[in-house]
Amino acid sequence: MPAAPLDTYRDLLVIRRFEERLVALKAEGLIQGSMHLCNGQEAIPVGACRALEARDALTATYRGHGWSIARGLPLAQLVAEIMGRDSALCGGRGGSAYHSSAAHGFLGENSIVGAGMPIAAGAALAASLRGDGSVSLCSIGDGAMNQGAVHETLNIAAVMRLPLVVVVENNVYSELTPIRDMIATETLVERAAAYGMPGTAVDGNEADEVEAAVAAAVARARAGEGPSLVEAHTERLVGHYDLDPQHYRPAGEVERAAEREPLARLRARLDAGEVERVEAEVASLLDAAVAEAQQVPFPDPATARDHLSA
Amino acid sequence: MNEALRWALATYPEALFYGEDVALPGGPYGASKGLRKEFGPRCFDTPISETAMLGMGVGAAMRGMRPVVEIMFADFFLVALDQVLNQAANVRYVSGGRYACPLTIRSQQASVPGACAQHAQQLEAVFAHWPGLRVALPSTPQDAYELLRTAIACDDPVIVLETRALYQQKADVVLDGPLEPLGGARVVRPGGDVTVVSWSRLVHEAVAAADELAAEGVEAEVIDLRWVAPLDLDAVLSSLERTGRLVVAHEANVTGGFGAEVAARAASEGFWHLDAPIARVGLPDTRVPAAAALNQALVPDRRTIADAIRRTVGS
Repeated sequence: MPAAPLDTYRDLLVIRRFEERLVALKAEGLIQGSMHLCNGQEAIPVGACRALEARDALTATYRGHGWSIARGLPLAQLVAEIMGRDSALCGGRGGSAYHSSAAHGFLGENSIVGAGMPIAAGAALAASLRGDGSVSLCSIGDGAMNQGAVHETLNIAAVMRLPLVVVVENNVYSELTPIRDMIATETLVERAAAYGMPGTAVDGNEADEVEAAVAAAVARARAGEGPSLVEAHTERLVGHYDLDPQHYRPAGEVERAAEREPLARLRARLDAGEVERVEAEVASLLDAAVAEAQQVPFPDPATARDHLSA
Repeated sequence: MNEALRWALATYPEALFYGEDVALPGGPYGASKGLRKEFGPRCFDTPISETAMLGMGVGAAMRGMRPVVEIMFADFFLVALDQVLNQAANVRYVSGGRYACPLTIRSQQASVPGACAQHAQQLEAVFAHWPGLRVALPSTPQDAYELLRTAIACDDPVIVLETRALYQQKADVVLDGPLEPLGGARVVRPGGDVTVVSWSRLVHEAVAAADELAAEGVEAEVIDLRWVAPLDLDAVLSSLERTGRLVVAHEANVTGGFGAEVAARAASEGFWHLDAPIARVGLPDTRVPAAAALNQALVPDRRTIADAIRRTVGS
């Protein structure tokens, strides 16, 4: 069931403003290391996660803040994790690009392109052997479609009819290189047929469209009919990583993308007063999250070697 | 191995075993014969896709299963190391213990005459280098059974590297003994003049060399390391304390081989026990030829170990 547009707007806005806070915190020296932001792509995790249940598994990529938030990870703990604090997620060991949350069935981001795919399929294998009816959703980028791990997994998941849903976030660029220069076909989704699974292309800037396609794939997976692939088209409003100067992007491209991005689109359909109210609501939500995160202690250096083994 | 796998599948309802040609064909060396029939979908064949196989093991393990994955030849790990080194080895540490990865990977390695250079490599040093992984190398049928059981019972990733050079060994195996704790070397031949640390096939070569040296009046103590991670350094040091001399022998190349780690640790922590330089025996930093005449000129055996013992004792 599609959510009310204002609710969708709020969910998208939380992710956008969350990442803007991260950039500000980094500028203050409170976050170390690169961050891979998903500005412009928020409608994909928001739509897709609405099609999931708590019992389902999820993997994402290093551009995963949107997925973590859409999956319901607590914002304060997420900020704390990214700040290198002793968060309830990974105690600061995962950071921006490689955190997980066992409490949310979130098997984690992954900083190796495409590597989350077989892991997600493993969760689907567990579901299939147990017959517990859960599904596994794997989010990857367009570039990952050229990785061997993804090819191997799409085949084996189809052969074994695993309850796996693959969402390809096609944001035009594989890191810094246009995906169209890296594939000989017109689309990525057409590969689905070669693996023997259905493929659907959607406008990834429309959360409702994403939700509908993922919900259909989830229903198919739950019914034991096997994996599906959803290609969601979107555009990055920012660089590959937070300090990416984006010299490779043609003039005007980001500006044009800004007219099509999900928040701008939805805003045009909403009452200006309500938009303003949601904006304030999200701002105070994030004020509280950042304040709470800053109360989370840093991990004790004496624990740096803990958890290598049981 | 077959009995250890049967034990695991019978003991743990969450255990599963899969790999290339393991279910219906029963495994390239017959190690999984009958398991498909007995355990149904928990034993299955996969496409030739090592990355997917290992990665699915990681994901299934994170979701509460206890997968055992077979990599047919250790050389085939090399197309899929990401899932072992970047993924499996990180699960517990990076999640701060909130996720576990009880994944066992069994494989086999050996330099045997006629095997090509891509079916002859020894990878234990690679895996031992990665914190978060445990590595076992059985040298007897009993250990093949015990170490695999211990590996599967472990809640962390364990790699069991068998050697097909020993698959024809025959011995009675005790199947109903208690589960062994993880780790621990074993003295397989006592002696007071020199310590020979080895593992896998070369343990038998080291014992043969020691028997040969006994006729010359030199008593070598042979230690089967059994696990390179964790390394049972105490076993090495306590023997060294008595013998004062150390030879480390393995089939892998000498440079960066796990023998280098044993030698370095013995030198730093057992320096005052040493009466002679430590000798290392291994493949002499070369690729592996298929031709038997060339292969046998390179692969370490009882003669190269005996020579190393003589040099060590004579110095």
